[in-house]
Amino acid sequence: MMFLEQFEQQDWDTIKANIYAKTAADVEAALHKTKRSLEDFKALISPAALPYLEQMAQLSHRLTQKRFGKTVQLYAPLYLSNECQNICTYCGFSYDNKIKRKTLTPIEIMQEAMYLKEQGFEHILLVTGEASKTVGVEYIQNAIQLLKPHFAQVSMEVQPMDQEDYETLITSGLYGVLVYQETYHKADYKIHHTKGKKSNFDYRVNTPDRLGKAGIHKIGLGVLIGLEDWRTDNFFTALHLSYLEKTYWQTRYSISFPRLRPAEGLIEPKVVMNDKELVQLICAWRIFNEEVELSMSTRENEHFRDNIIKIGITSMSAGSKTNPGGYVTDVESLEQFEIDDSRSPSEIVQMVNSKGYKPVWKDWEAFV
Amino acid sequence: MNDPLIIADKKFNSRLFTGTGKFGNHQLMQEALLASGTELVTVALKRIDIEDKEEDILTYLQQDQFALLPNTSGVRNAKEAVFASQLAREALQTNWLKLEIHPDPKYLLPDPIETLKAAEELVKLGFVVLPYIHADPVLCKRLEEVGVAAVMPLGAPIGTNKGLQTKDFLEIIIEQSNVPVIVDAGIGAPSHAAAALELGADAVLVNTAIAVAGDPVAMGKAFKQAVEAGRSAYLAGLGAESNAAEASSPLTTFLSEI
Repeated sequence: MMFLEQFEQQDWDTIKANIYAKTAADVEAALHKTKRSLEDFKALISPAALPYLEQMAQLSHRLTQKRFGKTVQLYAPLYLSNECQNICTYCGFSYDNKIKRKTLTPIEIMQEAMYLKEQGFEHILLVTGEASKTVGVEYIQNAIQLLKPHFAQVSMEVQPMDQEDYETLITSGLYGVLVYQETYHKADYKIHHTKGKKSNFDYRVNTPDRLGKAGIHKIGLGVLIGLEDWRTDNFFTALHLSYLEKTYWQTRYSISFPRLRPAEGLIEPKVVMNDKELVQLICAWRIFNEEVELSMSTRENEHFRDNIIKIGITSMSAGSKTNPGGYVTDVESLEQFEIDDSRSPSEIVQMVNSKGYKPVWKDWEAFV
Repeated sequence: MNDPLIIADKKFNSRLFTGTGKFGNHQLMQEALLASGTELVTVALKRIDIEDKEEDILTYLQQDQFALLPNTSGVRNAKEAVFASQLAREALQTNWLKLEIHPDPKYLLPDPIETLKAAEELVKLGFVVLPYIHADPVLCKRLEEVGVAAVMPLGAPIGTNKGLQTKDFLEIIIEQSNVPVIVDAGIGAPSHAAAALELGADAVLVNTAIAVAGDPVAMGKAFKQAVEAGRSAYLAGLGAESNAAEASSPLTTFLSEI
């Protein structure tokens, strides 16, 4: 069985109505339990929970410290290519965006990587568009093999692949894969992904299953906030996570909450999520699942990132560039989206320390 | 009071073993551990930067009173555990090892089958093996038979602060064990630590409760006192618990009424 079968039994509109019908009593009941169900999660992300935000934040803070201590893991993205055959309405790398394309050569990959290494990074995230001829499985495998000797964790955020390809890359040293569904609203998904392999909703939604079967260490899930109702979309993410945790119980999971950012040739968000709602969502996730990693990128601004550490985020990127070559080899190339927090890794370290937290650069050793 | 705990070739005056994760910074960790009086500190191999030890956790653990107990946190099976143990022995120059195999990253529960397999192999490779396991009395005996130096049954899942949820099983383990019993995981308050020692556990291992406390240094000290009190109480001999008051109408006095 794959998640798609379970997913297809659900109806978006019914769930959405259900979330918006949650009451203060439902929220209070959820807050007073020790284990929360998916129904409780609905209450915690519902508008009815907003008046409980401070209480939720306090609880989320305590639960996060209990599990993760006073620590924040740091990572950096390494963009390998902005070539892409998909048309996605929200992405700067979209095929119909007539800009100069760039794919790093092996030498350039090493130059970028060594820069990140000097900054202190041990966990890196390789990012590409989807262009099977230039940045296919072989290209990525080569990049992993180049980088593995120098970093404790090499993860990737690239096109979905078949199980066998994941197995190949895991053998080469791949640690984790981030694969965001973008939206679980099937009709809207088609509107935002009009061309290319990414337009296949079913293949994408079953990607975590293929990763789980391949025996990946970590899977990152999330939706792009701004495409559809974020509450309903996050409920589906939670449903997906619950299914995966039970099925692939040896894999660890992380959740992200990317809000749509300005980028070259991009749509305006259909739904705008304010800061208060993002805090609510992060707290709801933590209260629902005490063990899941919650990750935040430099999409968010300094003020927000500084204050969210104590609330529940357990991993953060720092000093990121979202264009291939952006660190040293081609700083002017096209970026995927604008970052908001442009502080250097050392500034982020100082900030984390000032909050009474310890930055963790390394949390993995290749044991095999 | 001279009441040392002996494990393999080492003698410990403190029965409080500690973890090193979750502290807000290395300096605070060091101060809290010193205040706790601990003499054995466990450190995750996966958190050590072997190439760059300068700003590394190890700098703060190089104190005469701390013996290092590397752990294999992060491994998923016996094969990975054996490999990690060899890395740890090389990196930290000690053959002591806390064997942790938790393939389940959510609750970090130990895999009994892989742990037994790895323990047997590691003992043969000359390691002093302290396995983290469920409070499973039969598994403890099996581990003892393959030559582990102590057993480390859990009180509750790691990091939950729930105390001695496995008390009934811990009692059996303590009764039957020929190697020291160290209650690991779940100890969330000094009172839990004292209770474990009162029960007859030889030591406890504490991390989250100290690291995440409002004042980790003060909490380290509180645990030191609790462990000492619990041990003293155990040695002094606790009075038996009773649920009922002494019966007022004795049933056997008739025997002397002849």
